[in-house]
Amino acid sequence: MPVVSMTVNGKAVSADVDSRTLLVQYLRENLRLTGTHVGCDTSQCGACVVHVNGDALKSCTALAVALEGADVVTIEGLAKDGKLHPMQEAFRENHGLQCGFCTPGMIMSAVDIVNRKGNKLEEKLIREELEGNICRCTGYHNIVKAIAAGAEGMAGQ
Amino acid sequence: MSETGIGASVRRKEDFRFITGNGHYTDDINRPGQAHAVFVRSPHAHATIKKIDVVAALKMPGVLAIYTGDDLAADKIGGLICGWMIHSKDGSPMKAGAHPALAQGKVRYVGDHVAVVIADTYAQAREAAEKVVVDYGVLPAVVDMEAAVKKGAPVVHDVASDNTVYNWHLGDKAATEAAFAKAKHVTKLDIVNNRLVPNAMEPRAAVGDYDFGSDCFTLYTTSQNPHVARLVLSAFIGIAPEHKLRVIAPDVGGGFGSKIFIYAEETICVWAAKKVGRPVKWTADRTEAFLSDAHGRDHITHAEMALDDKGKILGLRVNTKANLGAYLSTFSSSVPTYLYAPLLSGQYNIPAIYCEVDGIYTTTAPVDAYRGAGRPEATFVIERLMEVAARETGVDPAQFRRKNFVTSFPHQTPVIMCYDAGNYNAALEKALEMADYKNVGKRKRESAKKGLLRGVGISAYIEACGIAPSAAVGSLGAGVGLWESAEVRVNPIGTVEVLTGSHSHGQGHETTFAQLVSSRLGISIDNVSIVHGDTDKVQMGMGTYGSRSGAVGMSAIVKALDKIEAKAKKVAAYVLEASDKDIEFKDGKFSVKGTDKSIDFPSVALQAYIAHKFSGQELEPGLKESAFWDPTNFTFPAGVHICELEVDPQTGVTRIDRWTAVDDFGEVINPMIVEGQVHGGIAQGIGQAMHEGAIYNKDGQLLTASYMDYTMPRADDVPSYNVGMTQTRCPSNPLGIKGCGEAGAIAAPPAVINALTDAVGHENVAMPATPIAVWRAAQKAITRQAAE
Repeated sequence: MPVVSMTVNGKAVSADVDSRTLLVQYLRENLRLTGTHVGCDTSQCGACVVHVNGDALKSCTALAVALEGADVVTIEGLAKDGKLHPMQEAFRENHGLQCGFCTPGMIMSAVDIVNRKGNKLEEKLIREELEGNICRCTGYHNIVKAIAAGAEGMAGQ
Repeated sequence: MSETGIGASVRRKEDFRFITGNGHYTDDINRPGQAHAVFVRSPHAHATIKKIDVVAALKMPGVLAIYTGDDLAADKIGGLICGWMIHSKDGSPMKAGAHPALAQGKVRYVGDHVAVVIADTYAQAREAAEKVVVDYGVLPAVVDMEAAVKKGAPVVHDVASDNTVYNWHLGDKAATEAAFAKAKHVTKLDIVNNRLVPNAMEPRAAVGDYDFGSDCFTLYTTSQNPHVARLVLSAFIGIAPEHKLRVIAPDVGGGFGSKIFIYAEETICVWAAKKVGRPVKWTADRTEAFLSDAHGRDHITHAEMALDDKGKILGLRVNTKANLGAYLSTFSSSVPTYLYAPLLSGQYNIPAIYCEVDGIYTTTAPVDAYRGAGRPEATFVIERLMEVAARETGVDPAQFRRKNFVTSFPHQTPVIMCYDAGNYNAALEKALEMADYKNVGKRKRESAKKGLLRGVGISAYIEACGIAPSAAVGSLGAGVGLWESAEVRVNPIGTVEVLTGSHSHGQGHETTFAQLVSSRLGISIDNVSIVHGDTDKVQMGMGTYGSRSGAVGMSAIVKALDKIEAKAKKVAAYVLEASDKDIEFKDGKFSVKGTDKSIDFPSVALQAYIAHKFSGQELEPGLKESAFWDPTNFTFPAGVHICELEVDPQTGVTRIDRWTAVDDFGEVINPMIVEGQVHGGIAQGIGQAMHEGAIYNKDGQLLTASYMDYTMPRADDVPSYNVGMTQTRCPSNPLGIKGCGEAGAIAAPPAVINALTDAVGHENVAMPATPIAVWRAAQKAITRQAAE
């Protein structure tokens, strides 16, 4: 079985994996980083979104072996030095989560939206950009509010 | 009101772990030595099983065991049960076909469980499952309810040769016939309430574990009610006696009803753990969830409403066929009967109602409670009738509702329910104001200039929550009582743990329940923990569904807190050297009336445990109390939702422009959380109205078994919601709470469809109102208008 090494949340990691192992399985099963979730098997729901080399990626769509040497950030790596990321704060402050299952993917996607689209986000744009993330609890209202607020919070970073 | 007290929008205590990826969902749990289960599922909707050949599969790498229905039978493991007895009109009991956790001799829907393969890894189990050879004798499927009851239709269960589980009815048939006989106008409507798949974002999962030393089983599972799961697994299925079976429902990623039920997979995991001698884990993939989670809704209804010459409702006549799928799921029988017909009176004075319901077997997945459970179906019937009747008689739909509202309480309907409190006019007026209803005509003209059709739809819903007085549901056939339990444990330094039989899977109990305890005892919310979801910690409970955790679960906590306060007063009396009758408790302080002598709550807690100031013979040391609360009535949340939308008649594309919701939930503990529940419910209701539908083809294949095929509402499918509230206190529980969890899903579908029909010239539009369905209706309206 191939050994796959990458940097995850700033730490060098390495694991001997079956070559068909998906990135999400590598994170959840080999590294026990269970904050990244699996909500479907067709790359539709977005619960598994992580950042790979700075871009959002559905971690169920990539093989771990294809990401040798990559720099991966998961939800567990977003808070720095015990301080929540502004997007995490915004989700809590705006009640942007209920059961919490889609939340890690939502937050990782939200940070990516801000990285790509800037800190002033219109409601319409946020809704369109969330095309790849499904939430069944919140009706999206407070997620949209949280992302707009988180985007502004990130401006002060 | 304090910043964390009752009525404050306290930010949720549970959020930290979820936003940092530190939640503990069932699939995050891994036990040492764990093996993995994969189910062999039927590819046919209906077939006999002639032979299951596991020889090749057993030789696959990593395989530990393969079990079939014969193994379950040999171990005397009982079938899955339906816990609510419904009797037909003739008094005969419902016809419940056997429901083995692994099929015995026959499969009845695509996805039915045939065998389980257990292997070292998930991948090995999956590969071996493909090597299990099942010789099926394929039988014709029966998917359509009308076809299922025809003579000569394929029979799903031999106990029900006409595929009919029950012919049930409610109400006064003769009085209703008499009402229709004197009617000036009768509005008639045919309705299909579309079949839905609940789709909690966390798929179901289970880890079964067995400890040989203690002969104890543990089941970690995605459950809304772990105690009910333990009861059923123990008393009916026969896994182990209750004291040898622990069920843990950790963080659960949404339920919406689908995780109430006791399913085959969880049962097999815990049973097999002992057989293979290793923990056994199973996690559904999404397609398995589509195939085997209990579905929701799926009614065909003909409904008629009788009006007098002044536009007052005289009577209501409803005939419904309810698809119950291939087997009776845990509470399925109650959903289209006692959770449905008693709500048909809506918010209205209706002197006579008669409802008939036929429960039908088909070769499709079992159908059971999904957010609202029976109440959305009832609300859709009555609110569509109200809309159509108003249009037919030329009255404004708001005015037509006003004219027929119940205005005095208590109000006994002709269908069981006694509405205890409400103010339906207040919610309607507030909603009309917030929605700027008076200027709809102007907005319609502006849309028309752009070539768009604008419509507005009202839905005035009522629901029965706080389920429910145990004796009452017992008399209606429930196999369980529906009380709730609480235990309040005060620690020696005055921090508090509350053990509750309610279960939180998104509702925020760790916050709202703590708000109650904090404000009652005058301690910081940070000093209160809410413990739930573990049968070894919480003795017994009935779980969370039917918007019952506030009205029933919190009432049990109030009762336990009453006992804590009474005991603490006695302790304080000893410490302050006064009579306990002279002790007052306010803002976290016990004081002697008329003096400046006082002691705070944490100090009393400490005194209760060190027990130096009183004799243990006169007063027991410690401060811990428990309570069971049995509701005295259902609660009746009600409100008005208004949907305003624009249709493009060229494409059928519909855009919801504004959504107004005004709900009366009684007392509200945390408005932020309550509004969040409303938002989520509305999105699910919009999903039902415009997007979602589980489709089986005639062979019983589920065509919508992934997110590629089943349309989940996404962020750009729904609007922002304008949510308001009115308040009438619920008189039947100590906090005055009515419940808010299902309101949006109940209110929304008729609001959308009423708005759509308004937009397209009152042409009927079926759910889901996809662009093609809306386009057809719009074109029909245009053709008709041109001809006129």
